[in-house]
Amino acid sequence: MPTPFITIRIDDMSKIVDSIYNIRLLDDLARKNTSIHRLHPVSKLLTTIVYLIMLVSFNRYEISGLLPFVFYPMVLILLAELPVMPIFKRLLMVEPMIIGIGILNPLFDPRGWITFASIMTKSGLTVTVCLVLVSTTGLDKIAQALRALKVPSIFVLQLLLTFGYISVLIEELARMVRAYALRAPQQKGVRLKDCGSFAGQLLLRTLDRAQRVYDSMRLRGFNGEYHSYGKSNITWRDILYLIAWSLFFITARMYDIPALLGLMFEGVSN
Amino acid sequence: MSHHKIEVSNLHFLYPDGNEAIKDISFTIYHGESVGIIGANGSGKSTLLSLIMGVLFPDKGKVKVGDVTVTKKTLAMIRQRLGMVFQDSDNQLFMTTVFDDVAFGPRNYNMDENEVKIRVDEALEMVGISHLIDRAPFKLSGGEKRAAAIACILSMKPDVLIMDEPTLGLDPKSRRRLINILKGFTHTKIITSHDLDMVFETCDRIIVLKDGKVAASGATLEILTNGELLDKCGLEAPLSLQKCPVCGTLK
Repeated sequence: MPTPFITIRIDDMSKIVDSIYNIRLLDDLARKNTSIHRLHPVSKLLTTIVYLIMLVSFNRYEISGLLPFVFYPMVLILLAELPVMPIFKRLLMVEPMIIGIGILNPLFDPRGWITFASIMTKSGLTVTVCLVLVSTTGLDKIAQALRALKVPSIFVLQLLLTFGYISVLIEELARMVRAYALRAPQQKGVRLKDCGSFAGQLLLRTLDRAQRVYDSMRLRGFNGEYHSYGKSNITWRDILYLIAWSLFFITARMYDIPALLGLMFEGVSN
Repeated sequence: MSHHKIEVSNLHFLYPDGNEAIKDISFTIYHGESVGIIGANGSGKSTLLSLIMGVLFPDKGKVKVGDVTVTKKTLAMIRQRLGMVFQDSDNQLFMTTVFDDVAFGPRNYNMDENEVKIRVDEALEMVGISHLIDRAPFKLSGGEKRAAAIACILSMKPDVLIMDEPTLGLDPKSRRRLINILKGFTHTKIITSHDLDMVFETCDRIIVLKDGKVAASGATLEILTNGELLDKCGLEAPLSLQKCPVCGTLK
């Protein structure tokens, strides 16, 4: 009688591997040359930060006030000629987590569905805006902007290396899963009892790899400071972009624009 | 020119697990020489390279580059003069584009961005991959990755090139291209490899390692035609020096 076992399905895992591997697509998009891509990274980063602060500061029963905030990512996606589907797919990857956070609200709060919708809208918009920022700026330039804003280099470095090496780690994982699958053809997945040594192996391989990468960086004169590239000066255009959008976000935060528009149209029709 | 000389004297190295990888090794490599370090698996080749580059430090003995001993204090200066190409190019390419990867070294030495660009262009030109400048390194083929990894080192204009298994995993054409590139360099070169045909073509002198010791050192032809020595050290004469399997004559 075959022994029962819990498995992690290998085909599911390879799908995860595929989608995470595609993370580099954002980097490819960042190399486009549109009016949005040409903006200074500091200006884009600050605009995004103002957007995020304004968005998350809404109270949890507010939904209609959030609507004007859809405008910003939409304009950027259009002007930067970004493909909608890949961004949407990446957004979907985060959604299960958000649903997990918000799904109990309707049970405990009589107006729970409203807070749930508000959480979903806010999270969808914040994630989209961050994805748009990465695909119009590129992580290296965001890092440059963070350094210009005096964020400690250790954090910036952590961000860059994690992003840079995620594909290498995923490849390592994919190789292990493939080796396992080929020697366990009858099985649908990795047995739970093997998962421990699997995770341990991955950690050891990762550490080994990290050490080698660090060695190769040190051999090329790396001393803890990531040097940035092609620094450009901030122009009036960049400042104007930041100020105009910030004013829009602040206005949208202070006044319920959809409600005002509704009133206005009501007034006109009367 | 003594400043490109590498002097290794009475080197000992013990790994924390008790494996004595290097036992009393001494040799000198002079300016412009191209030296192959060969030996069976586990003979200490990679450890020796790590000791020369200051990735590891010896328990006894010392490594001198020019007149400077390799210590933690002198590392920055040593590493600007010695460029090492890793066995696995993936470990060496970590930026988002080939340009940024090749520029990584020069930028760490705070070079002016125009100078960095000139150096990157020169380095890519030397290894023949100028057309890949804006590509993502992880999307390159094995041969292209190796060429990019070499360009990363060349952009730092090192006096000495150190390469760990440069032809490993390359297809025949890429391997040939790499050998031609190596032959074109006038740098002092230290190459470790199991590809003895490549060593035969690119090196003037060979140091044979066995169990962490120098088993022999001499001119390339002299070492590679000494069947008894090679056999004792777990090696075999390169194919180009073996008799033709069909007619039995030397090629």
